Amino acid sequence: MTTLTQTSPPQTPRSGSAVGRALGHFIRARETGILLAVLLVIVVTTVKNPSFVFSSDGWRDLLLTPSILVLVAVGQAMVIITRSVDLSVGSVLGLTAYLTGRLFIDIPGIPMIVVFLAGIVFGGLLGLINGALVAFAKVPALVITLGTLYAYRGINVVWAGSNRINASDMPKDFLALGTGQFLSIPLLTIIALVVLIAAGWYMKNTRGGREFYAIGSDPAAAGLYGLRVVRRLLIAFVASGALAGLAGVLYAARYGTVNSQAGSGWELDAVGAAVIGGVAIFGGSGTVWGAAIGAVLLLTINRALPILGVPDFWQRAVVGALIIGAIVLDRVLSLRQSKRLLEAREDSK
Amino acid sequence: MSIAPTPSGPPALELRHVEKAFGAVIALRSGSLALRKNSIHALVGENGAGKSTLVKIIAGLYQRDAGDFLLEGESVDFKSTAESKAAGIAVIYQEPTLFPDLSVTENIFMGRQPTNRFGRIDRKAMRAEAVGLFQRLGVRIDPDRPAEGLSIADQQIIEIAKAISLDASVLVMDEPTAALSGVEVDRLFAVARSLRDEGRALLFISHRFDEVFDLCDTITVMRDGDYISTDPIADSTVDEIVRRMVGRDVTDLFPKQDAVIGEPVLEVRGLNSAGVFHDISFDLRAGEILGLAGLVGAGRSEVVRAVFGVDPYQSGSVTINGRRVPPNSPTAAMNLGLALVPEDRRKQGLVLESSVARNTTMAIRRSLSKAGLLTSGAENAAARVWDARLEVKTNALDTEAGTLSGGNQQKVVLAKWLATNPKVLIIDEPTRGIDVGTKAEVHRLLSELAGQGMAILMISSELPEVLGMADRVLVMREGRITAELSRDDATAETVMSAATRTAATTHAEERAS
Repeated sequence: MTTLTQTSPPQTPRSGSAVGRALGHFIRARETGILLAVLLVIVVTTVKNPSFVFSSDGWRDLLLTPSILVLVAVGQAMVIITRSVDLSVGSVLGLTAYLTGRLFIDIPGIPMIVVFLAGIVFGGLLGLINGALVAFAKVPALVITLGTLYAYRGINVVWAGSNRINASDMPKDFLALGTGQFLSIPLLTIIALVVLIAAGWYMKNTRGGREFYAIGSDPAAAGLYGLRVVRRLLIAFVASGALAGLAGVLYAARYGTVNSQAGSGWELDAVGAAVIGGVAIFGGSGTVWGAAIGAVLLLTINRALPILGVPDFWQRAVVGALIIGAIVLDRVLSLRQSKRLLEAREDSK
Repeated sequence: MSIAPTPSGPPALELRHVEKAFGAVIALRSGSLALRKNSIHALVGENGAGKSTLVKIIAGLYQRDAGDFLLEGESVDFKSTAESKAAGIAVIYQEPTLFPDLSVTENIFMGRQPTNRFGRIDRKAMRAEAVGLFQRLGVRIDPDRPAEGLSIADQQIIEIAKAISLDASVLVMDEPTAALSGVEVDRLFAVARSLRDEGRALLFISHRFDEVFDLCDTITVMRDGDYISTDPIADSTVDEIVRRMVGRDVTDLFPKQDAVIGEPVLEVRGLNSAGVFHDISFDLRAGEILGLAGLVGAGRSEVVRAVFGVDPYQSGSVTINGRRVPPNSPTAAMNLGLALVPEDRRKQGLVLESSVARNTTMAIRRSLSKAGLLTSGAENAAARVWDARLEVKTNALDTEAGTLSGGNQQKVVLAKWLATNPKVLIIDEPTRGIDVGTKAEVHRLLSELAGQGMAILMISSELPEVLGMADRVLVMREGRITAELSRDDATAETVMSAATRTAATTHAEERAS
């Protein structure tokens, strides 16, 4: 599947200012459509109930709710772009969230930064296990990470049992992170944005990032090019795991209570966010920005539907329709593009 | 105009008695080659002579089983394509390998893009370099468009641009001109000569002797995986080279009996599929073997897939004995008496994990079953008949098809289709990758079937096979039928010139279309 982001029709006259070109590029980008959908949902809901945006709680929730999923979706997008998938991220998130609580309980006075690093490194290690199994055992990622989805959750259940981490187990400073704001922007949102910008820059502007796309676009060709496919796969899975780990730490800070089921089902939200955001499920195209906007759309719709009077049980169906719609849209766009390129080729003969 | 190879110093690249086998199939018996600096070296041989295997060993894609591989006199062992690339070897493969989602520019520079000191890819510099490469090659390709949808010729150009930009000391070109037009070939040769004069060693693989004699200074001939000879071009003649390449009398190997050629059975009219093939029309008569020749990627397999109903087509018609074969329905095609033995028997012809008996009866399951139930007794009985007729060599009917040799697998696929009692047999590359003995059996069988009045359409990339077996030859190039030759008119030269393009005809045609 090819998104319109990389399209520029052959023999387009390259005229106009840089700003004009950038604007044209923006309008054609696949991500723009999703962004418009987010804005539409927000506007419609706000008309119905102005406090959805115009209240301090409304504004905060609007930004805060999707922030943790954005982190997980960014990692997921990196993995999907290499034509893999990481279904274990929900379990990784749960495990690191519980680890976070345990660290605060078992090592009183532990510096927050150490807890953050522990969460990220631990998540990265779990990701490394996924990546190594996929890259070396050559088993499809779908199967491997479905296995580790259950395995990591199982470890979590054995470790936590029926215990639960409560807000009172964790320092106030840490919990304040979860809801704190800077210039009326939640800290979690700022963290998510920083990660998003860094990942987006890496994927767009570095050799490593572009190789992710190459591997997803045609794995066999990547081998012939002499690209280091194994290394890239490992990096993608470690990144996904580490971001899920960071998300786990922030989950603990945000919600304050963590049991053995924290993060269940997040893997599907993350995959859904990436797909809605235009990341091709067979790899090779899409951006982490799209996945992040997809995450925002997914969770914002979830909050908007009750306000719009849509009954509870319809909400999952709406999300499903959104995912199917996004895939159908991608397919239509890609068919149109193939047809157009073919016609251009026939014409040039 | 050729520069004599300098005998002093070790060759830039040398292979000595290199061997490579894939399971029981020996691809390379004893490959030897010595490339010198300031030289363009030709490597010629029939399909299956082992040229591509040799190239893939040089590229690090395959590892040799035995023999020596020396670079500048030093023994090397490439475990991957990255290692050979790092050692200064650039390879243009026969079939382009591009990333469809990425831009043309990115395809050229993937993995070694120019970066600034923060590791940021310098897109401007990269694009400028791509534009420069295309200028040097004299082609106009939009460097920003995605690689998806490029013609084979343009894809080949990108492969060439990629290899040139590598600044390699050894450049291997595996049939780089197969899809190029005359002007593009001239440009490529000018670039190749300038690279030679810069002191690089080039290896050029081609089936076109005019190009080989025009460009190269030394020529190595291979046959059946063996090294045959190396000579200066100046001392060689085309006749002598061809004799060495073939090494046997063509007619002996392919004993097509004369059959009574009857009425047209299969009629194909004006078949079109955008970007794949155009305006395909031909008749196939009872008792006739019609050869369909052309280069890899000319659209031959696509045409027969469309005729059989596997792939869609936009316009045109297919009829058997005057009855229309509906598009997109292999079932209907089978019921009308059409059979297709596909190109890739392991992926498309067989269920490798299933037994020989089940594979043999795969296409007649319906008629074998009673009240919707299929007994292994019925399967085995039918399979026994057909496998015996085709002399499939297997221990038992319940042997897994995947464990048979290539030749026996092909016989099973043939048995499967012959069991349906077809009027028209389409067979795509009937003898690819099977041993000489079985090859002859397959040819004898096809000849017999034609003698019994079956109409046979045979796609083959092996010229001697086409010339020896076919009563009539159609040649395709870039999705069009470019020639129809009778058995008497079909020679290696007429078929190849219709399959490739020469500068003069190409331009006239391009203007005409």
